[in-house]
Amino acid sequence: MAKPKFRREILVAALATFIGIVVLPCLNAFPAENSFFHISNYSINLYGKFLTFAVLAISVDLLWGYTGLLSLGQSLFFALGGYALGMHLMLLIGKLGQYHSDLPDFMVFLGYPKLPAHWVPFKHFWFAACAVVLVPGLLALVFGFLAFRSRIKGVYFSILTQALTYGACLMFYRNDFTFGGNNGLTDYKFLLGHDLRTASTQRGLYICSVLLVLAVYAFSRWLTTTKFGKVQRAIRDSENRVLFSGYAAANFKLFVFVVCAMIAGLGGALYVPQVGIINPSEMDTSKSLEAVVWVAVGGRGTLVGPIIGAVVVNAFKSFANRTFPDYWLMIEGALFILAVLFMPGGIVGLPAQLRGLKRKKREHENPVLIAPNAQETVDLPDTLPDQADRV
Amino acid sequence: MKKEFILEAEGVNKTFSGFKAISNLNFYMDKGELRTVIGPNGAGKTTFLDLITGRSKPDTGTIRFEEKTELTTLNEYQIYRYGIGRKFQTPTVYIDHTVFENLVLSLEGSRGVFNALFARVSPEQRDRIFDILKVINLADKAEWKAGVLAHGQKQWLEIGMLLAQNAKLLLVDEPAAGMTDEETVRTGELLLSLAGKHSIIVIEHDMIFVRQIATKVTVLHQGTVLCDGTVDEVQNNEKVIEVYLGRSKAH
Repeated sequence: MAKPKFRREILVAALATFIGIVVLPCLNAFPAENSFFHISNYSINLYGKFLTFAVLAISVDLLWGYTGLLSLGQSLFFALGGYALGMHLMLLIGKLGQYHSDLPDFMVFLGYPKLPAHWVPFKHFWFAACAVVLVPGLLALVFGFLAFRSRIKGVYFSILTQALTYGACLMFYRNDFTFGGNNGLTDYKFLLGHDLRTASTQRGLYICSVLLVLAVYAFSRWLTTTKFGKVQRAIRDSENRVLFSGYAAANFKLFVFVVCAMIAGLGGALYVPQVGIINPSEMDTSKSLEAVVWVAVGGRGTLVGPIIGAVVVNAFKSFANRTFPDYWLMIEGALFILAVLFMPGGIVGLPAQLRGLKRKKREHENPVLIAPNAQETVDLPDTLPDQADRV
Repeated sequence: MKKEFILEAEGVNKTFSGFKAISNLNFYMDKGELRTVIGPNGAGKTTFLDLITGRSKPDTGTIRFEEKTELTTLNEYQIYRYGIGRKFQTPTVYIDHTVFENLVLSLEGSRGVFNALFARVSPEQRDRIFDILKVINLADKAEWKAGVLAHGQKQWLEIGMLLAQNAKLLLVDEPAAGMTDEETVRTGELLLSLAGKHSIIVIEHDMIFVRQIATKVTVLHQGTVLCDGTVDEVQNNEKVIEVYLGRSKAH
């Protein structure tokens, strides 16, 4: 219906992608290191990490902003995707590890006689790649089935998801859980024949992250415009009406919950080779809460919002961690409170919010103009104040 | 030949933490009938609708639909799929969706997840929606968000959603609340025009409205049927005057 708006969106997305996958990598690869235009390897790596967080944020928003399900366990699925690829990366280290064994270092250290059976298929990249989406997806399927069938809603759902991720976190901390305990999986060397320690591989991973954000964005954009997306928002606004309109709301919630777990898993899989480590702290409850903060700051219920929120908050975080490292948690908390109290639409909603304030002020000055039943989205044309003067 | 019952409730009881909301209720309704249910506050009118639509389960008793389907074992969306639609007391529409989208979501048809991913609004469906929009007087507001509609308009939209569903049995809880007199009359006309093709239960307080639409009235009191009959019969019934109309006359 809104054709020009859609065209503008495509244009912006194309421009952002072009900058993301052509301009920034070129500025990283070609200018001399001391040049003003040069982007350091460190920065490219950091941007790649932010973008995987953006993927996680979109998955939070599809649940929270679009379906009204505040999942506080999304980082669990992110971490599971990360672990799945991390296992493959561990097995590619081969004899280059500290102990020069075929077994990953931590297994030698903990005295494993041989590779545990569930590790064996992770020698194949394709298996690990499938596990990246299927493991989070399956867990979400089982958990979601039980939760939604029992009609667990609202804050109870949030608490349960948080308990789930906390439980998983404690489990992964155990050395006998075969995933490296609190050290996690690290010291990767190769991925698909590329040396992970070179700038060009990291650049490639960064480009993959941009493409993943784009793909997830496009998918979510499609999903939310289908009838499914309409039912999704209907569940958020009035679940009763949905039930009494013949929709099995639980099935719709389950579907979107599983899809979001898979999306988060993909983000985690690209996070791990860029950061070089995955450990249980990634599924800590606070990580999921952080993702909720990104979405709230960026703009809940939009798809651009989570991307902007994830990048902006994390950029600010890495700046703050260097400048005033002790205060980050307090700053983040304050950011969240401010966003919830004063910016309900987040960064993305700011222009509309400011326009609304301006209009209110104008209406206050010219009370004649207050139109009952006026649609929220309709902006008063600029000529109106003149007409009001004539009245 | 005897007409088929669209709805039979027999020996229905429902207690909410000690309070007997429905007590040994028996209720029969013919196919195509327009039945009005009245009763003082707390008489169990809305609870009765809750029991029919699966929102709550009766402690004892049976509720049968079309003489074959037992409703008490089914949940909300299963009951809906048998052809029972409900309008809530407070208008319940999707406030963030446009009026048009509200009707799209209510149109009869598949309710499956995978169907919803690829479903498109066909030209026939679009025509049907605009026909309904004309009936409910919202044709010029198709692209408005439902949340900005006036209270009465929301009521109509919700009635329109029932029309879109093409339900066999419509349960309409206080349709005239919040409407102007003129709108109320139009709502009554609309309901009358639907009777026959659909079976309708209307719960209402407004006696002028009841007089307009009612051929047969059932009076509920303390969770059980006090009496039924025409408006005049009911209004002259001594028991009814005592518990309900008499009390309001005294004011």
